[in-house]
Amino acid sequence: MKEFRIHGRGGQGSVAAAYLLAAAAFEAGFTCQAFPSFGAERRGAPVTAFVRIDSAPIHLRAQIQTPDFLIVQDDTLLLDHAITAGLKPGGAMLVNSERPGEAIAADFGCRAFCVPATALAVETIGKPIPNTALLAAFLGLSGLMPLEALASALKGRFKGDTLARNLALIDRTAASVPQGLWKEPADA
Amino acid sequence: MREAIEGSLAIARAVAMCRPDVVAAYPITPQTHIVENLSRLVAEGQMHTEFVSVESEFSAASVVLGAAATGARAYTATASQGVLLMAEVLFNIAGLRIPLVMTVANRAVSAPLSIWNDHGDSMAVRDSGWIQIHCADNQEAVDTTIQAFRIAQETELPVMVCMDGFVLTHTMEIIDMPSQADVDGWLPPFEFDRRLDPANPKSFGMLVTPEYFAEIRHAHHAAMARALPVIEAADRDWAALTGRATGGLLAVEGDPEADVAIIAMGSTVGTLRAGMAADAGRAGPARLLNLRAFRPFPAEALRAALAGVKHLIVIDRAISPGLGGIVGAEVAAALYDMPDRPRLHNHALGLGGRDIPETIYADLLAAIKDLDAPGFSVFDADLAKLAPEDR
Repeated sequence: MKEFRIHGRGGQGSVAAAYLLAAAAFEAGFTCQAFPSFGAERRGAPVTAFVRIDSAPIHLRAQIQTPDFLIVQDDTLLLDHAITAGLKPGGAMLVNSERPGEAIAADFGCRAFCVPATALAVETIGKPIPNTALLAAFLGLSGLMPLEALASALKGRFKGDTLARNLALIDRTAASVPQGLWKEPADA
Repeated sequence: MREAIEGSLAIARAVAMCRPDVVAAYPITPQTHIVENLSRLVAEGQMHTEFVSVESEFSAASVVLGAAATGARAYTATASQGVLLMAEVLFNIAGLRIPLVMTVANRAVSAPLSIWNDHGDSMAVRDSGWIQIHCADNQEAVDTTIQAFRIAQETELPVMVCMDGFVLTHTMEIIDMPSQADVDGWLPPFEFDRRLDPANPKSFGMLVTPEYFAEIRHAHHAAMARALPVIEAADRDWAALTGRATGGLLAVEGDPEADVAIIAMGSTVGTLRAGMAADAGRAGPARLLNLRAFRPFPAEALRAALAGVKHLIVIDRAISPGLGGIVGAEVAAALYDMPDRPRLHNHALGLGGRDIPETIYADLLAAIKDLDAPGFSVFDADLAKLAPEDR
C-alpha cells in the first residue's frame, strides 16, 4: 500500500487533489481511498487530505500518520517543520515552490522535489490552483501510474475548456520533471 | 459498474435510482453532500422528484411524513443536531407507521460543539420506533439504501440508514454501482394501502386513550420483530441479483472458531478488519461481528453468532452518561439467558471524531487480559487530561 498526505490551504483544491489521485489510481487498475482531514473549512486555512493506493481492497479508515509521500501545495506550510511528521524512511516530498528542491531536502532531511505549480497553473489554466500540476509532476517522478490515468480522472471531473487547459497543464508539467526519479525497483 | 466515487455522491445516485417522488431536506449545516447532489440531479432533469428545500430539519421530517402518508415514495437525510431537531417528528413518523427512508450521516451531538463522527445522534432516537441499520463501508451504504426502500414498504415502518459522517460520507472509494435497470427490476413501485386519499377519507394520528395506547405500542414492537426476516430477505434477494450481500442483520467474519469476539457498528469494522490482518496472529484471532441492524435488535442471531465465545468486546461509538455503553448494555441483555455467556468488555471509542488507529485491534485484545478492568471504559480517553475526580 502507498499512503499519501496532501497539505494545502483552503481554496487550493487539496481535497480535489486527493480525489483526483484516487480516481487516477482506480483508472490505472489499483484500489483507492481518499478523504479529507475533517475540520472547519476556511479559505486560506491549512487543509490536509489523505490517499491510499493498493492492489488489494482497503479496509483501514484511520488518518494517515506514516505517509510514503507528501504533496505540499503551498510552501508557506513548510514553516511548520511538523509537516513531515511520520514520513516513512525513504519517503519523498513534492512541493509547489520556486525554491530549489535540494534546499528543502537539506532542511527536512528527506527526498524533496519542487515544481512551480502555481506559476504553471496561472500560465496554462489562468487560475492559481496548483493541484493538477502537482499530481502530474508526482506521476512523472514516481512512475506509479501512467499520466493517461490522471487524464481519465480529469475527464470525469471537468468539461470543455477547463478540461482542455488542465490536460495541457498536466502534459506540460509531467514532461518537465525527471521521469522515474522516485521510481522504486519493486514498482513493476 | 465499479467506480471510484465519494460516499455522499454514491448515496445520492442510489436514492435517485429508487425514484423517490419527494425529497425534503434542510440544505445547511449539519447536512451532507447527499442532498446537495440530489438537488443537482433534480435540477439537471435526471430525477423526476419534487425536491422541497425547507427551513429546518423539523420541517424536512414533516414534509416527508406528509408526502409518504399520501402514497409518495419519500426520502430525507440529516446528521447530528439535525436528527435531534427532527426528533419529535421521527416519533410521529414511526408511530404512524409511515414507510420512508432517511440517511443519517452519523455525527456527534453538542455540547461541546463537535462536527465529527460518532453515533450520538442516531442513538438519541433509538427508541423512536424506526428501523436502524448501520453500514460498514460505502458499498454497504449504497446497497442498504436501496434495500431500505423495499424494507420500508414491506414492513410499513420507516428505515434509518446510518453511515459514519465524514469517515464514509466524505470518502472516495471503489463502489460497484448498480444499474437503473437492476433497481427498477428489484424494487417494486411504492404502494401504501393506508395512504391519505380524498376519495376514501381517513385520519392519521388521532388521540388514543389509555384503552388502546398500550396495544398500539405492543403492535409496533411486534411489527419490529416481523421486520427481522424482512431485512434478511431483502439482503438475500439483493445478493441474488447483484452477487453482493450486505450482511443483513449482522455479519460474522474473522476466525469463526475464535473464542474472542468483537462487535462493532459502522466503519470501525473496516479498521478492525485491517488491524486483524496487520496483527498477523500476535494478539490472536477473533470473530468480528458487523452489527448492522440496531433496531430491530437481532438478539437471536447475536446469540447464535457468539456460541463458544469466552470474551466479547463490544464497541460503542456513543455513551449514555450514567450507564456507559449503549450497544454494550443491549448486548449484555441479549446474552443474559445464555448458559455459557462470554465475559463482556465494553468500550466506547472514537467519540467526537477521535481517530481510530489500526492498532486498536491489538490494543482491545490486550485489554482482555486485565482482570481488574472495569466493565466499561472510554477506551481512548486520555485520563491525564482530566481533573482527578473525573478520571
